Amino acid sequence: MTVLLDVRHVAKAFGGIKALSDVSFQVQAGEIFGLIGPNGAGKTTLFNALTGLYPVDAGEMRLDGARLDGAKPHQVLRLGLARTFQNIRLFAHMTALENVMVGRHARTRAGVLGALLRGAATRAEEAETRARARALLARVGIERHAARLALHLSYGDQRRLEIARALASEPKLLALDEPAAGMNLAERVALRELLLQLRADGLTLLFIEHDVKLVMDLCDRLAVLDYGVKIAEGTPDAVSRDPRVIAAYLGGDAA
Amino acid sequence: MPSARKRAWAGFVLLAVGLAVLPFLVDFGLGRTWVRLVDFALLYVMLALGLNIVVGYAGLLDLGYVAFYALGAYVYAWLASPHFGVHLPFWAILPLGALLAAAFGVLLGAPTLRLRGDYLAIVTLGFGEIIRIFMNNLNAPLNITNGPQGINLIDPLRLGDVSLAQSHVLGGITLSAPHQYYYVFLILTLGVVFVSMRLEDSRVGRAWVAIREDEIAAAAMGIDTRNFKLLAFAMGATFGGLAGGLFASFQGFISPESFNLMESIMILCMIVLGGMGHIPGVIFGAVVLTLLPEALRYTGDAQRALLGRIVVDPADLRMLLFGVALVAVMLYRPAGLIPSARRRRELAAKGDVLEQEQASLADTAR
Repeated sequence: MTVLLDVRHVAKAFGGIKALSDVSFQVQAGEIFGLIGPNGAGKTTLFNALTGLYPVDAGEMRLDGARLDGAKPHQVLRLGLARTFQNIRLFAHMTALENVMVGRHARTRAGVLGALLRGAATRAEEAETRARARALLARVGIERHAARLALHLSYGDQRRLEIARALASEPKLLALDEPAAGMNLAERVALRELLLQLRADGLTLLFIEHDVKLVMDLCDRLAVLDYGVKIAEGTPDAVSRDPRVIAAYLGGDAA
Repeated sequence: MPSARKRAWAGFVLLAVGLAVLPFLVDFGLGRTWVRLVDFALLYVMLALGLNIVVGYAGLLDLGYVAFYALGAYVYAWLASPHFGVHLPFWAILPLGALLAAAFGVLLGAPTLRLRGDYLAIVTLGFGEIIRIFMNNLNAPLNITNGPQGINLIDPLRLGDVSLAQSHVLGGITLSAPHQYYYVFLILTLGVVFVSMRLEDSRVGRAWVAIREDEIAAAAMGIDTRNFKLLAFAMGATFGGLAGGLFASFQGFISPESFNLMESIMILCMIVLGGMGHIPGVIFGAVVLTLLPEALRYTGDAQRALLGRIVVDPADLRMLLFGVALVAVMLYRPAGLIPSARRRRELAAKGDVLEQEQASLADTAR
């Protein structure tokens, strides 16, 4: 097993509040790694730090050997880390297909000149972008909505569209921020199937989730954050028996 | 399928013939002045399409767009008038003016990258005024712009030995100066339309719209938002600079007064009124807003005919009617007179959403 994502001693403070202190963990290539913790534990802060939205105060993050800390969001994506957002951030007034086509941006090249001349290379690239975007919509099961505006899709379909858009960038690691939030039971089952399929295709997944059942069921390993500190890491079984984790979730002494 | 193709061709030919004979029809029906106004309408189409890239696609509210128009005009005036005694041909100056405008577009864009919405509007508004005031005051110690008097006797467009400022007889048809400029402007306008259409439906256009929709998500999808915003400013400014050069050659005289804030706002109105981000809408908006105020000048004659005297000065009434028209559009057609298919779908989506709500209700009931 090779380490795909290596996070070492990462710290981040907002004013006097330590959102993350000395967080370290490794995600192996090909696994589904979960990140859980009570509200305000620092999960989303960690995601934002990983994807270049916030600079970190200390520590080092590497994806497949390349430094992530200090990289801008678009550079992080180019390195192979794509993400979705907890509060869905689609391009609301673009169609579902166009949303996924934007996801291909980093893997395509056409500039102003290409757009104006529309030579053979540009046309081939556009056709490929379109074909791949369609294939990805089919993959997440919303190809029938290709021509609809993103804002008109149902909540569950919007979440799927975000995943398709992220996949379009051909990531090594897909980071999902609460992908099941707000989904009904049927949608959750379908999401679980999709994530398992993605792993079967060799993709590595990092995800934050509140639905403990889904996490326990899906993750190979997981880390637990509480008040910005990692309090446990391991297989779902081991973590669920950890007294510190139980204390963090249910309250009481961590003795 | 073949019939649809035939119809498209027929429409295309009809449009081409219509555009070709338009100045003669206008000349015959309304007079030479109106041919000039049609020429101006074409200039404004170019300007509006340029601003549409910045505001309509990339979503950056720019209230100082007229500065690029001014730059293009002054570059043309400096390089083709007795002011400096330089007389370069237009094909050398127009690209130069467009390029300089693009450079200033980047210059304006760079410090405003972190600004959005109202704040960006205020900074760009300031930029527009700075350029105008510079042009107004750069007559001492070195006389660069000739100050408020402006620059006069600017060379007309010249194709070889043929000056477009003089009338020519071609195969029994007399072509006046406005007629000749019409064809030059038409060709360049079609070029600008072509560039806009190609950019809209491309990787670059999608990146711009993505930035407009959600900048953070656009960056997270690998779009270098800084570069693409600067590119939008530069592309928009290029069109502005080009239109400015044409304006200077057409008018023969420019002064800072032609490039005030009102112009920027007028161009923005054209986009908003016609349908932001939608090329046919923007063209329509530009044509209507150039010609409508002129048509409203005739309210003076109507008053005299109806009431026997002029009750309200036509100039005042003109702006009043104009304002009422704008308010009416905002109230009844908020997406513009010719909104894009996207916007139309958005506004007509009520049935759609209802259907979805019912579907999700059915889900929960299960």
